[in-house]
Amino acid sequence: MTGPALLALMSHWRQHWFQLGALVIGLAMATSLWVAVQAINTQARASYALAEGFLQKFDQQVLIASDGDLLTSDYVALRRMGWALSPVLEGRIRFGDQSIELIGIDLLTARPIAGFTSQGAEVDPGTFLTTMIRSPGGLILHPQTAAQLATLPPDLKIRHSTEVPPGHAFGDISTVSRLLSEPDKLTRMMYLGQEKPTATQRASLPSHIIFAAKDSAQITPRTLTDSFHLNLTAFGILSFVVGLFIVQGTIGLAMEQRRGLFRTLRCLGVPLRHLLFTLLTEIAVIALISSCIGLILGYFLASSLLPGVSATLSGLYGVEINNGLALRVSWVLSGLAMTLLGAGIASSHAFVTLWKLPILQGTSTQARGQHILRNFGTWARAGTGLLAAGLVFKMTLQGLVGGFALLGCVMLAAALLLPYCLSRILIFGQRQTDHPLAQWLWSDARAQLPGLSLALMALMLALATNIGVGTMVSSFRLTFGTWLDQRLASELYATTHDDTQGAELQRWLEARDIRVLPIRSKVLQQNYGQITIYGVRDDATYRDNWPMLASVPQVWDLLSEGKGILVSEQLAHRQDLSPGDEIPLPAGWPSRVLGIYADYGNPHGQAIVSMSQLLSNAPDAPNQRFGLRLPAEQVPILINEIQVKFDLDRENITEQEKIKTASRRVFEQTFQVTDSLKLLTLGVASFAMFISLATLWNQRMPQLGPVWAMGVSRKTLAMIDILRSLLMAGLTALLALPLGLFLSWSLLVVINTEAFGWRLPVHLFPLDWLWLAALSLMAALLAALLPAWRLFRLTPSALLKVFSSER
Amino acid sequence: MVLTVTEVTKSIPASGLNRPILERVSLQIEAGQSLALTGESGSGKSTLLHLVGALDGFDSGEIHVAGTPLSPLDEPGRAQLRREIISIVFQQFNVIPSLDVAANIALHAKLAKRHDRDWEAHLAERLGLLPLLSRYPEQLSGGQQQRVAIARALALRPKLLLADEPTGNLDEATGQAVLDLMLELVRESQTALFLVTHSPAIASALDHRLHLRNGHLT
Repeated sequence: MTGPALLALMSHWRQHWFQLGALVIGLAMATSLWVAVQAINTQARASYALAEGFLQKFDQQVLIASDGDLLTSDYVALRRMGWALSPVLEGRIRFGDQSIELIGIDLLTARPIAGFTSQGAEVDPGTFLTTMIRSPGGLILHPQTAAQLATLPPDLKIRHSTEVPPGHAFGDISTVSRLLSEPDKLTRMMYLGQEKPTATQRASLPSHIIFAAKDSAQITPRTLTDSFHLNLTAFGILSFVVGLFIVQGTIGLAMEQRRGLFRTLRCLGVPLRHLLFTLLTEIAVIALISSCIGLILGYFLASSLLPGVSATLSGLYGVEINNGLALRVSWVLSGLAMTLLGAGIASSHAFVTLWKLPILQGTSTQARGQHILRNFGTWARAGTGLLAAGLVFKMTLQGLVGGFALLGCVMLAAALLLPYCLSRILIFGQRQTDHPLAQWLWSDARAQLPGLSLALMALMLALATNIGVGTMVSSFRLTFGTWLDQRLASELYATTHDDTQGAELQRWLEARDIRVLPIRSKVLQQNYGQITIYGVRDDATYRDNWPMLASVPQVWDLLSEGKGILVSEQLAHRQDLSPGDEIPLPAGWPSRVLGIYADYGNPHGQAIVSMSQLLSNAPDAPNQRFGLRLPAEQVPILINEIQVKFDLDRENITEQEKIKTASRRVFEQTFQVTDSLKLLTLGVASFAMFISLATLWNQRMPQLGPVWAMGVSRKTLAMIDILRSLLMAGLTALLALPLGLFLSWSLLVVINTEAFGWRLPVHLFPLDWLWLAALSLMAALLAALLPAWRLFRLTPSALLKVFSSER
Repeated sequence: MVLTVTEVTKSIPASGLNRPILERVSLQIEAGQSLALTGESGSGKSTLLHLVGALDGFDSGEIHVAGTPLSPLDEPGRAQLRREIISIVFQQFNVIPSLDVAANIALHAKLAKRHDRDWEAHLAERLGLLPLLSRYPEQLSGGQQQRVAIARALALRPKLLLADEPTGNLDEATGQAVLDLMLELVRESQTALFLVTHSPAIASALDHRLHLRNGHLT
């Protein structure tokens, strides 16, 4: 029984191949967008796991300096006291235009902990160790990192290992200290003892050194980037939902068109449950085929988006991920499961309808349309309830989850309210006109609403997403541009080879009446993360330009007097600091927060004290970088003079504009992924509209036939058909605007603050909205062209069939 | 006896009350016999056909189809009865638009696992459908579609054939030709025919004739 019933059911697709195509494409698109996001997230998380797994070998139980620096002499002293330790030195080093994190350990004492293998090293372990330790030494890095670093010191022996996370290099401490020019310093000392040190042992430690077990609350790449991946997942779900709108519309229509077939099959003795099972089998087969197509598309989409994501993670969080996309069972299975689940959800309404379908008589399509129109009121009430639920979620749930819950509820509520709002507007429009054809246009548009509502919901969500994300990116771009101008106020930036040369350059420049702003800093490792403290001179450059977000009165006076500290927005957000609060810092550092400033794109905490405060706490702070204030026309001459006088390479002297351009390039890369996803979502929604109009075509005949018979030409009918689509899309775009603005506010003020740690002002871009509205009208026009063309080409005999069918 | 209807009553809800549409109706049809049921619009004749076809339930009384009582049957049991014993020809033809004529004719027999190519070919020949086997319903006239529906119904070799205004959508000449063929094939296959019509002329062509008025048989 199953075979003939399934064949009879599936024969529908032979006559409606376009509908089948729409169903397969809708499911495949929804799957591909979801899979792409999952593949990217999985890939990134695998990189984080690799990094965490690798790095935690070196910081499980450590001795660190609670105050001041940790020196090699401390290590020697502790070893003599009997402590089983191994030294670690970490630091960031720049090779060409790329910088990486160097990790140096003592390979003799700590190699068993490192426990990695060097791939491609055709040497025995003894030779390997000799190569790594003996000058000039060697570095082990991920193949991807090696490929990105164009200029590595030629004398270094380079080995590749996929066990080293991207963006890191690993070597013997002697090599690393030489490369970092830090011969005496250590970052920490690994404790190699089997048992934890006793209280007595700990008490014997020098006062500036403490024992620390790995802090589970420490910020890791995973915790830093969780919010970013949540954002990406939210986008994936949104795209998936928009894709499902196509599927639901198509499945609903296919069910509608097969009502007669269902009734006949039941009359021929196919039990209802068997019919439902057969239909479920049919949907599952189609979903499986579609998901396979979606998986392939998703893989390629993820591959093309991954470099952008990599740039984003590197730019925003300083986290490197592996760029080579690996096929993983987890996202393949999640893609398959989501497609089947999505197809199930999208077809559930149709199944419920079939379950309730009386065997003897079904209400007519028109009557069902009226029933759906009446249901719009119920949808609207559900939407209003969801709005209220969203507000409750926002008030009760904290952070990002609360923000997303509000956003999700509002988006869904808006979608549910849309058909009702459109219906009221169309009724209003109909009442405003006396012209019979115009009246018919409004009423016909309303009659089409049940069939088009899902596509219009998808269009509205996609438009709102575009407006929301577009406003966020444009606001960020505007704010970022202004911020760059403020932060990079100096006309020229110079970097010397060492501190001695730095002091010489400073004296030479000041003798020529050029204002010099030394850029000196000290990195502190605190239990709440790494913080870089800069010292600034009391200069009008800072007072006039520095992008301060909140501050106490006379902030710069107080700062120059050493009475407080400025902190970056991210640090303030993370530590919940406001002006006037105290930030925990080692003794000697000013701790009163005088102000909070914007520091976009920096994953780590940053703070500013007066130069005298910096030097009193960190007298050895490098003095190699300088901002120079001088008239713009003197810049080229000064560059030449510095090069000649101090034998500096051209890349050591950078004009303000070059740094800005490079920063803007990183910024643009950062939002490449969201740009791509929002355009894809709009594309999917436009396709949904096209599919709806094309598949509704057959149901249009009973509406068009009588009007044609009353003397309205096919050309006029075709024009009215196009006008109707434009009207619906235009009204939807209009209603999408407030939703999009709400979305942008949520993204900028709620989500962004939680995700990245900074809050941005909302700027409005009406021209962008007009462009989007034009785009949606264009999509509606394109979607309506095919049905209008078919209508225009319709033969009178085809139109007459309407009457003969009603016999 | 292929069909026995005993004291069957059926009501439908109307304005908050149950309005009786059939009251204590009884009838019988033997194998190879045909019975016409006539009546005004709304007299309940289609309702009785639906009850006999196990498409709807009744309030009291009993219906036996090929010895099987309908009232104890659940939905799958009724479906099995329709699949294996009863065939129905509707006024609206109810052929499947996405299947060609050959597939339409074979469908019911295949569902009952009683597919017989020779018998289907014979029916197609008798009903003049041989040249149309590869066509789809939309390419056929109303009369041709109704002949496909009849062929599908008889391809099962049902014990009971139900026909609801089978010629109602056809012109007089075509309707008469279709009816003649149906009666001939019914006699040939020893099938019991229960036909509902409002036409006295059609009713007179059958072996027996009953009239339904205000829910009662006369």
